[in-house]
Amino acid sequence: MAAQSDETQMSFFTTENRRLADVIVARYPKRRSATIPLLHLAQEQHGWICDDAMIEIADLVDATPAEVKGTGTFYEMFKFHPVGKYVVNICGTMSCKLMGADELMNHAEQKLGVAVGETTEDGLFTLEHAECQAACTEAPTLQVNYRHEYRVTTDDFDRLVDDLTAGRRDGDIPAHGTLARIRQEIPANRAVGAVPPEEVDGPPAWLPQEGA
Amino acid sequence: MAHLRGSHRKGREPVTATSIPHAPGFFASETPRVVTQRFDYEDGYTFERAMATGAYEGFKTALTRTPSEVHDEVRAATVLGRGGAGFPAGVKWGFMPPTVWPRYLVVNGDESEPGTYKDRLLMERDPHQLIEGCLIAAYATGLSQCFLYVRGEMPLAHERIAQALNDAYADGLIGKNIQGTNFSLDIILHWGAGAYVVGEETALIESLEGKRGMPRLKPPYFPAAIGLYGQPTIVNNVETLSNLPWILTNGAAAYTAIGTESSPGTRVVAVSGHVKRPGVFEIVNGTTTFRDLLYGEDYCQGIRDDNELKAFVPGGGSAPWFTPEQLDVPFEGRECSAAGSMLGSGAIMVMDETTDIPTAALSLTRFYAHESCGKCVPCREGGTWLEKILTRVVQGRGTSRDLDLLLEVGATICPGDFPHASSSDLGLDATPFPYKMTTICFVGPSAFAPIHSALTLFRGEFEDRLIDDDAAGAIGVPVAISSNPTGEEAS
Ligand SMILES: Cc1cc2nc3c(=O)[nH]c(=O)nc-3n(C[C@H](O)[C@H](O)[C@H](O)COP(=O)(O)O)c2cc1C
Ligand code: SF4
Repeated sequence: MAAQSDETQMSFFTTENRRLADVIVARYPKRRSATIPLLHLAQEQHGWICDDAMIEIADLVDATPAEVKGTGTFYEMFKFHPVGKYVVNICGTMSCKLMGADELMNHAEQKLGVAVGETTEDGLFTLEHAECQAACTEAPTLQVNYRHEYRVTTDDFDRLVDDLTAGRRDGDIPAHGTLARIRQEIPANRAVGAVPPEEVDGPPAWLPQEGA
Repeated sequence: MAHLRGSHRKGREPVTATSIPHAPGFFASETPRVVTQRFDYEDGYTFERAMATGAYEGFKTALTRTPSEVHDEVRAATVLGRGGAGFPAGVKWGFMPPTVWPRYLVVNGDESEPGTYKDRLLMERDPHQLIEGCLIAAYATGLSQCFLYVRGEMPLAHERIAQALNDAYADGLIGKNIQGTNFSLDIILHWGAGAYVVGEETALIESLEGKRGMPRLKPPYFPAAIGLYGQPTIVNNVETLSNLPWILTNGAAAYTAIGTESSPGTRVVAVSGHVKRPGVFEIVNGTTTFRDLLYGEDYCQGIRDDNELKAFVPGGGSAPWFTPEQLDVPFEGRECSAAGSMLGSGAIMVMDETTDIPTAALSLTRFYAHESCGKCVPCREGGTWLEKILTRVVQGRGTSRDLDLLLEVGATICPGDFPHASSSDLGLDATPFPYKMTTICFVGPSAFAPIHSALTLFRGEFEDRLIDDDAAGAIGVPVAISSNPTGEEAS
C-alpha cells in the first residue's frame, strides 16, 4: 500500500498532505466543498479511507465524522477497507457487454483465482465489476486504478496481470489511491481567492452598469 | 489514425501527462470542425501547441466587447446543451435573477451515460479550449468562480486539465485582473468519486457542496435560479462550453451556417458496438442521419461482418431504441423525438443480428438500477425489481406473467404511454418522446426504457425463453404476482 505510515498517530495526514489539504480547503467558498477532494487525498496517502482520516477531514471541513462518512460512502471510488494494490475494474455496460465483457470477466476470475469483488491473497489485485468507463468505442475495456486499457483480449489480460505483478507498469499505474500526479497549483499573486457567498453583495467588477 | 489495441508500454521512463498516449477512438472527417481541430496535433493539449493554434483568441475577442454583447453572440449561435437535455446555453444563462450575487459556473465533466465518450476526449486532448469556454461564459454573465467537476475515474483528464490550468494561470489568462482588465476569475479543478447520478446537475451541485450526490427536488427546474450554496449557478456540459471559443472567434453567423436552424453547429458523437469502425466523430448537427453515421465511409463503414442491423440506441443508454426503419432520422432533436427517442448525449450503441436482445436490455437496466440514488421509491424499488425480473427471464426462469409484470413495474415509474419507435412489421406507429415520470430525475425511467423498447420491438425473443408455471414451481422460482391483485380495471 502507498501508506507513508505516521508512527506518531497524532494526526492522520502527513505534514505535506496536511499543507495540501489546507490549500484545497481554501479554494472553496465553503469548507465543506473540500470533502471529496480530501477523501481522495486520504486515499492517496493510505490506499483506503480509515476512521482517523474521516475524523481529521471532518475537522478540516467543519462537518461531523458521520457527515464525512455519509458523503464518502455514496461514491464508489472510496474504499472503507483495505483493497489490492491494483483495483481492476472490468466494464460490463452495454457496449462492452456487446463486445465480450462477460468472457473477459470470466477469464479474469480464473486468472486471478478470485470472484468479482474479492482481493487476491497476496494483496495485489482486487477485481471489480464496473459501469461505463467512457471508452465505449474501444470495448471491452477495463481500468487498473482508473487507468484505461482498451479492447482487452484474454491474452492481453494475462499479459497485463503479469506485467503488473512484475512491476513493469509501475511507471504509468501508481498504487491504488493515487489519481492524478499533476496537481493544480494557483500562484498566490494570481489567485482571486474564494469568498463566502454571504460576503458578496454586488455584481463583480467587470459588470459595472450592466442591465441599466 | 492508428487504432491502438491496448497500451502495453514498458513504463520505465518517468511518467508525465505528456508521456501517456492519447485514448484511441477519434477519427477526423471532412465535416467542418468546431471543437476537435486541435485533435489533429498529438500535443494539442499543451500550452505551447494551443497558443500556436489560436487558443484564447476567442476569449480575447470577448474581452474587447461588453459582457452583454458576448452573451448576445452566444444566444444568437443557439448552442444547444450537449449534456443530454439540449437546452440552448444562451437562453439558460438568461434565467439567472438579475440582482442576486455571487453567481457560479459549474462545468459538468462527469461523463458516464452508457455509450457516451466525447467529453473525456475533449478534456484530455484540448483542455485549453474548455478553459477558454469557461472564461467566456464567466465574463459574459458575471460568474465569480468556476468549478470544473471532472469524473473521478478520469485521471488523465485531471492531469491534463491541471497542467493546462497551471500554465494558463502562470500566463495571466486566469486569476486576478486577467489581461490587465477588471475581469477576474478563479477556475478550480474538482474531482468526482464515482457515481453516475452526480451527472444530473442538481446532484452535481450537492456533490460539490460536499454531500451525497442526490438530485434536488424540482422546482426550481434550473440551478440558474438556485444552485451552488443557494446562489444562481450555470451548469454546462464540457462540449457545450468547448464550442464558445470558436463562436467568439468566428461569429455566431458562421456557427449557424453549419447544420440547421434548429440544430446549428456540430456535435461530437461516439458510435460503439457492432460496427466495422467504432469511433468518435464530429458531425454536422441537424442534417447527418444515423444511416450516414453507421454506414458512411467517413464514419463507421457498415455493420461488422456485413451483418444485418438489428437495433441501435440513438442517444445514450437512457434513450428508447431505434431499428433499421429509423436510419434516415437526422441528428435533430425534434425529429428524433417525433420518431420516439432522443439524441441525449450523442452516444449510439449498435446491435447486429447476432445480438441477444433481452441480455442487451438487461445490461442497461442493471446499470440504472445499480446507479439509483435511492431518493425516489419508484426508482429505488422499481429499478431493483425490473432488474430482478428481467434477470430471471434472461436466465430462462421467467414465466409469461413476468413480461406483463415488467410493464406494470415500469408504469409505476412512467405512467401512461411510453415513447417507442414505429415498426411496419409490427404495425406500430411511433409514440413520441418524452414520457411522464413519477421520479425526480431520469435514472428511474432510464431503467425502464431499454426494457420497454426491447419488449415492444422484440417481444418474441423474450417469449422464447419463458417457462410455464409448473416448470417454474419445479425449480423454485417465485411465480409473478400482479401488482394489481384486486384486478380492478383488468380484463
Ligand atoms: C441521471 C443524469 C445524468 C446526467 N449526466 C450528465 C453528464 O454526465 N454530463 C453532462 O454534461 N450532463 C449530464 N446530465 C445532464 C445535466 O443534468 C445537465 O442537463 C447538463 O449538464 C447541462 O449542461 P448543458 O446545458 O450544457 O447540456 C445528466 C442528467 C441526468 C438526469
Ligand atoms: S430517479 Fe432514482 S436516481 Fe433520480 S433522484 Fe430518484 S431515486 Fe435518485
